[in-house]
Amino acid sequence: MTDQALEPAAVAKPQTPFRRIVSDFCENRLAVFGLVLVAVSIFVAVFAPLISPQNPFDIASLDLLDAKSPPGTVSSDGSMTYWLGTDGQARDMLSAIFYGMRISLFVGFVSVAAALAIGTAIGLIAAYAGGRLDAFLMRIVDIMLSFPSILVALILLSLLGKGIDKVLISLVLVQWAYFARAARGAALVERNKEYVEAATCLALPTSRIVFRHMLPNCLPSLIVIATITLARAIALEATLSFLGVGVPVTEPSLGMLIANGFEFLLSGSYWISFFPGIALAIAIVGINLAGDQLRDVLNPRNLR
Amino acid sequence: MLVYVIRRLMQAVLVMVVMSALVFAGIYLIGDPVTMMISPDASEADRAAVRTALGLDQPMWEQYLVFVNAAIHGDFGKSFLAGQPAMGLIFDRLPATLELAFASLVISLVIGLPMGVYAGLRPNSIGTKTIMTGSILGFSLPNFWVGLMLIMTFAVVLPDMISWWPRLPASGRGTTVDVLGVRLSIFTLDGWRHLLLPAITLALYKGALIVRLARATAREVLPMDYVKFARAKGLSERRIVGVHVLKNIMIPIATVSGLEFGQTVAFAVVTETVFSWPGVGKLLIDSILLLDRPVVVAYLVVIVFFFVILNLVVDLLYSVLDPRVRLESRAS
Repeated sequence: MTDQALEPAAVAKPQTPFRRIVSDFCENRLAVFGLVLVAVSIFVAVFAPLISPQNPFDIASLDLLDAKSPPGTVSSDGSMTYWLGTDGQARDMLSAIFYGMRISLFVGFVSVAAALAIGTAIGLIAAYAGGRLDAFLMRIVDIMLSFPSILVALILLSLLGKGIDKVLISLVLVQWAYFARAARGAALVERNKEYVEAATCLALPTSRIVFRHMLPNCLPSLIVIATITLARAIALEATLSFLGVGVPVTEPSLGMLIANGFEFLLSGSYWISFFPGIALAIAIVGINLAGDQLRDVLNPRNLR
Repeated sequence: MLVYVIRRLMQAVLVMVVMSALVFAGIYLIGDPVTMMISPDASEADRAAVRTALGLDQPMWEQYLVFVNAAIHGDFGKSFLAGQPAMGLIFDRLPATLELAFASLVISLVIGLPMGVYAGLRPNSIGTKTIMTGSILGFSLPNFWVGLMLIMTFAVVLPDMISWWPRLPASGRGTTVDVLGVRLSIFTLDGWRHLLLPAITLALYKGALIVRLARATAREVLPMDYVKFARAKGLSERRIVGVHVLKNIMIPIATVSGLEFGQTVAFAVVTETVFSWPGVGKLLIDSILLLDRPVVVAYLVVIVFFFVILNLVVDLLYSVLDPRVRLESRAS
């Protein structure tokens, strides 16, 4: 009541759901900080070729004399400063991290988007069809989810071999089940609501009811799961690359960069593993901080 | 109940058959283990001899049938590299992994549970905010990187800078003691020094999970009538929290710890690689990279069996701990 008296402007403006979500989200400063971290990571990934001081894939520009320089060293031809040092092949770590972030985020976003699409479609179909099909699909989901994703991905990649496309395939295969289960759960709740009944009475085609009416109402919970899964996917790709079954050496993701620095760690060249790990942590922590708040904001129980 | 258990076990057998067939077919398709095993300048006749000796000259389905027939008799073939039975290799290494997983489970419970309960009791204190932010870090930081940083800090930087700081080893198991024929590290000081860093690395993720779970459950339990009644009776805060609240927190914690134990064994693959811990995870990675087919398949059969049993036990335990849960046989 006092709020209304104090803020007449806020009352006059009709509050759209989107605006409510934005304002609720901004209440938590830590979450906003997380969003900033994510934005910085995406910026770096998208504009890597423009902002990197060096092209780490261009072997001609590398000078082996500069290999394993500590952070802050000026390059031997005096043209640039290696702010974060160089690795065993004299690559500037800062540039390598920018390019690595590009690959890590690309793998994360694409695999989650594909898993979201496939898993949601399967979940909605299962919920709408019910009966034997539902039982069969959910049994597969149960079996998928009863195994740790790292193990399944590891086995899949050991079969498929190396390569970004193969990492994407195995990440999608590991993750679709989460979305399928969540989409089915949400759709089962939605299916008994009146608007679906109304749409059925209008004799709308099933695909239209499922994808145009039920899907939008299931989206909030799916988006929350997508953010958590995105963080997990990025970490999983890094882990697989670290173990040597992920991306190829020619396209080093952040996990690959960390793995490359492993052999130099005990001799004291900490920066080759340290900084890519920090970059990876920034991206993942950012996504998790923002996702945590998003879950609270989108939770219908917290509606005010 | 019995029908349910039988159903689950049949499902388990099916999963194991499908998985082993898939992996067998997949591994068959990629690469030729012979090229990895003998020197590149060996003659063609030598190669053929090795192939015949390993049974690799037979067609794929025949190799699979031979494998299944032997597997039913408990024989999963010999490792191409070590020349020992694959199953024996895995059981040799299993104690090291289980030891690591148990140590990390204990560490995560000892640290995570008090922190989580504290966070649930005082939701607005600065300590709680620190713990909750810290738990997000525990979730987010990539496991293998944390391991590397621990090695850097405790095996390289700190002992180099501070002369009296003990240097913790970065790899291996240290001195082991035979207990009933099983080699264990936890009974020697040297073993503990080797175990500490990998166990902490592995405990971090699970600890963060336990903190969050304990906090959420504590906050759910605290407003309950029986807690209010205990307060009204004038019981000490220590007894209320230590007995009444903790008892109810333990149900979800026990379930999640059980389920997460499987995750921990799986994630040990990563930790073992970082710390060169000679467990099954390290064996799996080495075998995958060197195309040692029998070991990979044998590991898979063991781990699938382990997971199916673990899930079944957790489901059954849950129905015992919490009578509200009814197991349905889910007729399809």
